[in-house]
Amino acid sequence: MRADLRDTLIRGARVIDPASGFDQVADLLIRDGRIADFGASLGKPDDALVIDAADAVLCPGLVDMRAALGEPGYEYRETIASAAEAAAFGGITTLAALPDSAPAIDDPALARLLRARGEETASLTILPYGAVTRGCAGQELAELGLLREAGAVAFTDGTHAVGSARMMRLALSYARGFGARIVQHPEDPELAQGGAATEGELATRLGLPGIPAAAEAMLIARDIRLAALTGGAVHFAHVSTAEAVALIRRAKEDGLAVTCDTAPPYFDLNETAIGEYRTYAKLSPPLRAEADRLAIAAALADGTIDAVASDHQPRDADDKRLPFAQATPGGAGLATLLAVSLVQVHNGALPMIRALELLTAAPAALLGVEAGRIARGAPADLCLFAPERAWKVAAGTLPGKAQNTPFDGRALEGVVLGTWKAGRRVHASATP
Amino acid sequence: MPASSRHLLKIEGLTPPEIGQYLDLAESYVLLNRSGKTQRDLLRGRTLINLFFEDSTRTRTSFELAGKRLGADVINMSVSNSSVNKGETLLDTAATLNAMHCDLLVVRHAQSGAPNLLAQKVDAAVINAGDGTHEHPTQALLDALTIRRRKGRLAGLVVAICGDILHSRVARSNIHLLTTLGSEVRLVGPPTLIPAEAASLGVSVHHSMEQGLAGADIVMMLRLQRERMASGPVPSAREYFRFYGLDRGKLAYARPDALVMHPGPMNRGVEIDSDIADDPERSVIREQVEMGVAVRMAVLDLLSRRGPRNAR
Repeated sequence: MRADLRDTLIRGARVIDPASGFDQVADLLIRDGRIADFGASLGKPDDALVIDAADAVLCPGLVDMRAALGEPGYEYRETIASAAEAAAFGGITTLAALPDSAPAIDDPALARLLRARGEETASLTILPYGAVTRGCAGQELAELGLLREAGAVAFTDGTHAVGSARMMRLALSYARGFGARIVQHPEDPELAQGGAATEGELATRLGLPGIPAAAEAMLIARDIRLAALTGGAVHFAHVSTAEAVALIRRAKEDGLAVTCDTAPPYFDLNETAIGEYRTYAKLSPPLRAEADRLAIAAALADGTIDAVASDHQPRDADDKRLPFAQATPGGAGLATLLAVSLVQVHNGALPMIRALELLTAAPAALLGVEAGRIARGAPADLCLFAPERAWKVAAGTLPGKAQNTPFDGRALEGVVLGTWKAGRRVHASATP
Repeated sequence: MPASSRHLLKIEGLTPPEIGQYLDLAESYVLLNRSGKTQRDLLRGRTLINLFFEDSTRTRTSFELAGKRLGADVINMSVSNSSVNKGETLLDTAATLNAMHCDLLVVRHAQSGAPNLLAQKVDAAVINAGDGTHEHPTQALLDALTIRRRKGRLAGLVVAICGDILHSRVARSNIHLLTTLGSEVRLVGPPTLIPAEAASLGVSVHHSMEQGLAGADIVMMLRLQRERMASGPVPSAREYFRFYGLDRGKLAYARPDALVMHPGPMNRGVEIDSDIADDPERSVIREQVEMGVAVRMAVLDLLSRRGPRNAR
């Protein structure tokens, strides 16, 4: 059976390529793993497999610029194979993996290993982030140059903020020499220490130690100044507060090399998702007040936020079946990345093409990789989805190992019908 | 009725009639206890487990006595000699308790929400005996009973809750209960010991004892943990006592018939002067202990009548 190598003709889909602005009903032909052609009414090659995709959207395979994998070190939470399964279900074909694994990706050999492990899946390109500091411990600078040479797309200490101003200055300054971004977890570690929820009425009622929302803006304000001081490029991950996006908006107006992403929980949920101590809704940064959620949604619409990433953090039952303050923060996000983002399309806040840009071309550009586009001759990394088909998120039934979704019970519209990696179909829903 | 009504996990969300039902029944247990009679048939054959992950002699003893006076088989499990120290999770413990056919489970835990987690997994009715900085419902009920017996009412009274509100589950339960029953609640303490958005709980916040105690009917002092001093929100014990410790001078701001309460155990000379703590005219601290047993009998009685296990 060499079905993979047959030509595939996807017919009648709304083909959207945010990178070029193409948005039309068209046919697309996959040949030899690449996009051979796309346009209105392509002829059908003799032996081609035909997929009738009327009413569906065909876009580039999603580029998830921020996800933690269980490997190496936390295979009980998730393996690369199980993450790849969840990614394919979610239409993701390229993923940038956080380096705060065990061991941390602070050595060129480990960065190369992670890339190779992605190739083994044959469904997912894994782009390694390199650690900013050795062991992501915040003490000594990692070998950024060698890591860059080994394919690290940018540098971050993952879920650990680079807390020391001195270290951040050093990293921004040194990484600039290699043209690399520093991706910051923007939360003042001292203020956040021991906290479990955003400080405010809800945390007070639940008796949970609070993290002031200002802990995010404080580190962002500092790092914007350090970016100005060093000329380095800083990217803030999963921004979640109104104050944070206001600071970033101004820094961009000032022409600084400052960018940011957010993750679906921060524009789709607010702190009340914690309810009576629901640990699946314990995230880092913690879910915020409704006013902050609205500000994040608005910043997606006005372009302040450059990309949407899953911020996938796999956890197993033992990490989560604990009293709230003791539970490990983090939510699974690969399977729900597209559908939760589409909420902003269905409610009229974002045009479809812009929502898809935030999930494809924009993160690809930030990571400096050739991905997330539909172009003749480009690898056929594609996502075909039914934008209005409804489904309900249910922890326990998601693809892959990690079931810790903060969206448990959420009704969503948008089902991935098919995912292609280099022309090979790696996910197929029941229809078509 | 909310799903949690099989349990007593928190005061927040209880209605005045629900609170009144506990208080009225507790009132009758006060009389029974004072008469020296017991009611040993009520919970005969029922098993009450006191599961204490934090040390607490007085609350554990109070529940033990309450259970025994109603005829329950009472077992005390404390963390120091349980398997929890050997890596057993809270949920493993729940499975063990189910296998033991426990009817009433009294839980004290250092983590907010731990009793909620247990309540999802055990068949028993769960009674929160204090969880982290969240709630301590039976303490609020016994405080309310003490006040109601002395003052004849709760509505319209001015209650000043003083000290470390931030870390106090007693304060949270009392705030919910007293505001629900119509008292005016004031929180008094240094800003570093007042939780964020405290005013959203329907209380006023004060940083001076003179202001907070002015015209108060009840002065409720809270324990200040030793570890909160010096390294944390308060620079020293002597400074704390100077500004927030209850002495005769500060008590004079309150009404002349104001009562002084404390959930115990007291740090004499830190949050309260011994002279006041031991003054039978002003302090009802010992009475609170007596009310505690009666309230816990009422809680055990009412909860044992609810829930699936009652059907057997």
